[in-house]
Amino acid sequence: MPKSLFEKVWDAHAVRTLANGQTQLLIGTHLIHEVTSPQAFGMLRDLKLKVAMPHRTFATVDHIIPTDQLVEPYRDPLAQAMMDELRKSCAEFGITFFDRATGKQGIVHIVGPEQGITQPGTTIACGDSHTSTHGAFGAIAFGIGTTQIRDVLATQTIALGKLKVRRINVTGRLRPGVYAKDVILHIIRVLGVNGGTGFAYEYGGEVFDRMTMEERMTVCNMSIEGGARAGYVNPDETTFAYLKGRPYSPTGAAWDAAVANWKSFSSDAGCHYDDVVIIAAADIAPTVTWGINPGQGISIVESIPDPAQATAVDEKSSIEEALAYMKLKPGAPIKGTKIDVAFIGSCTNGRLSDFQEVAKFVKGRKVASGVKAIAVPGSQIVALQCEKLGLDKILREAGFEWRAAGCSMCLAMNPDKLIGDQLCASSSNRNFKGRQGSPTGRTLLMSPLMVAAAAVTGSVADAREVFAVNN
Amino acid sequence: MALAKITSVTGRAVNVPGNDIDTDRIIPARFMKCVTFDGLGEFLFNDVRKDPKTGEITNHSLNDARFKGATILLSGANFGCGSSREHAPQAIQKYGFKAVIAENFAEIFFGNSTTLGMPCVTATREDIAKIAAAVEANPATEVVIDLVPLEVRFAGQTIKIAQRESARDALVHGRWDAIGELLDGLPAVQTTAKKLPYLAA
Repeated sequence: MPKSLFEKVWDAHAVRTLANGQTQLLIGTHLIHEVTSPQAFGMLRDLKLKVAMPHRTFATVDHIIPTDQLVEPYRDPLAQAMMDELRKSCAEFGITFFDRATGKQGIVHIVGPEQGITQPGTTIACGDSHTSTHGAFGAIAFGIGTTQIRDVLATQTIALGKLKVRRINVTGRLRPGVYAKDVILHIIRVLGVNGGTGFAYEYGGEVFDRMTMEERMTVCNMSIEGGARAGYVNPDETTFAYLKGRPYSPTGAAWDAAVANWKSFSSDAGCHYDDVVIIAAADIAPTVTWGINPGQGISIVESIPDPAQATAVDEKSSIEEALAYMKLKPGAPIKGTKIDVAFIGSCTNGRLSDFQEVAKFVKGRKVASGVKAIAVPGSQIVALQCEKLGLDKILREAGFEWRAAGCSMCLAMNPDKLIGDQLCASSSNRNFKGRQGSPTGRTLLMSPLMVAAAAVTGSVADAREVFAVNN
Repeated sequence: MALAKITSVTGRAVNVPGNDIDTDRIIPARFMKCVTFDGLGEFLFNDVRKDPKTGEITNHSLNDARFKGATILLSGANFGCGSSREHAPQAIQKYGFKAVIAENFAEIFFGNSTTLGMPCVTATREDIAKIAAAVEANPATEVVIDLVPLEVRFAGQTIKIAQRESARDALVHGRWDAIGELLDGLPAVQTTAKKLPYLAA
């Protein structure tokens, strides 16, 4: 019987059925960071348990790390304490830690693929909801809580119920100036922020076939913002080409065997999907959020919704709540909304291609006066790649601050925070109330190039016009 | 490890209305700078319970003295959406809640809560409104969430609730923390792991 990639990976990793009907699922690869793992190590110590398979866990530090201070101790003693705790736990339990001194530190969802740790046909868990990113490689990857981190450390498994699979086909070709970020913001807008609850999303169709790995990662990253715990793309030649030669990728004869094995995990033609959604690429425009969840997005040429025109149940109250918080006017065009801060980075859009695209267009331009613009590479390796290409110089000359690698202002657990009710054009993934560090701070999600367009004009703008994009 | 069999939760309730209440709202990220979960309860819903500008107490229902001591939280659709931070259900539990009734829950939040022995059950909006109305009329109303017939009883009324069977089973049989069972399966885990070509071991 033809099976989807999800089913094949699930079946291969299912250890046994538990008493409550859930599956004891093998987690092939486990990633950890400093925020959600310390308590898990504490639980292990309390229960006097060991780490069952320490070679399958990889650690990095990303959420709390200051991007403007390289030398420890960090100014924030709490951040330093979390750093110390992770270092101590990794040493105690024999876990590989991509600490800053290794030159491989970065956001966990950028480090995994970069190192070749993220591979097709595997299960990957991490105490972070954006673990769905790794699905870009044809892995089943999802976020877990801290108690489950303990479970993975102690047993390399978790108890989990099987997800349903929704196939999302994006057909045709994206228009110029439309990016992977727009694709996922559009999908979430169409299917809703909880439309994916209980599902894994399988992304496919011509648009995904043509996407680079970095673009696929951007889309899979935000699956969780649509409620889907996991999202994936079937592995293909693009996937294999990306993985070839990476530090943890197989080599020699093992490489050929691995590719053959990876291919075998792809969804079979005619396999069953619990749901199928078709989206035309031509319907996708540069998209910007105006509200307080990632589903509240519109295309750059649209106007901010008016609660008076709401028709669906809940729509009116949710628009009213969002606009009251965002201090935006119903019915006004989103274009022209003044911004205070521009942020390019995060596990969604903090990769080399993101900075390349921005640098290509901002070269010779200047960040508008009064706008604070920061560019934060997703990893030390991304930073180095950018610096080798001189992208940091272009961005600095344009008026961006070029920072050290980390999660930074996506969730502002480090010193990079909005102040008061500042409005931020952001390439990150969440626009929740208070997300960027100020309880009244405001976030507009968009692609990196749209952030750049907002940065140079001082207000939300159509990057296609600002930069004459016509590729 | 003997875990409590959670077949019912009885207590007073408080309504925190709204849809899509996300984990950043439940516990803002800046309070996650900690290496234990102790003390998170104090910061539950921090940024909506205190005016961010003045620091004054808002009219949030958790600030309403009438609902002090409530152990059942009522809310709307897609409760707990956003991040996988277990800090969110931990903060709710450490504040003193023992269960949540909402229209539906985000996947990861639901799983995290179950693992902590904090039942999340769903009910229709109309039925949640009935509980909320009864509690508003009389905050001392005793609300009973019964996981065996899957119903909530309050003020002489009974409503139907739902809960994913695997979670209900785990709660009522006292196996909501899976660690014991997972450890028992370790020999089988080794077998499965050996069958799969993975990163160099």
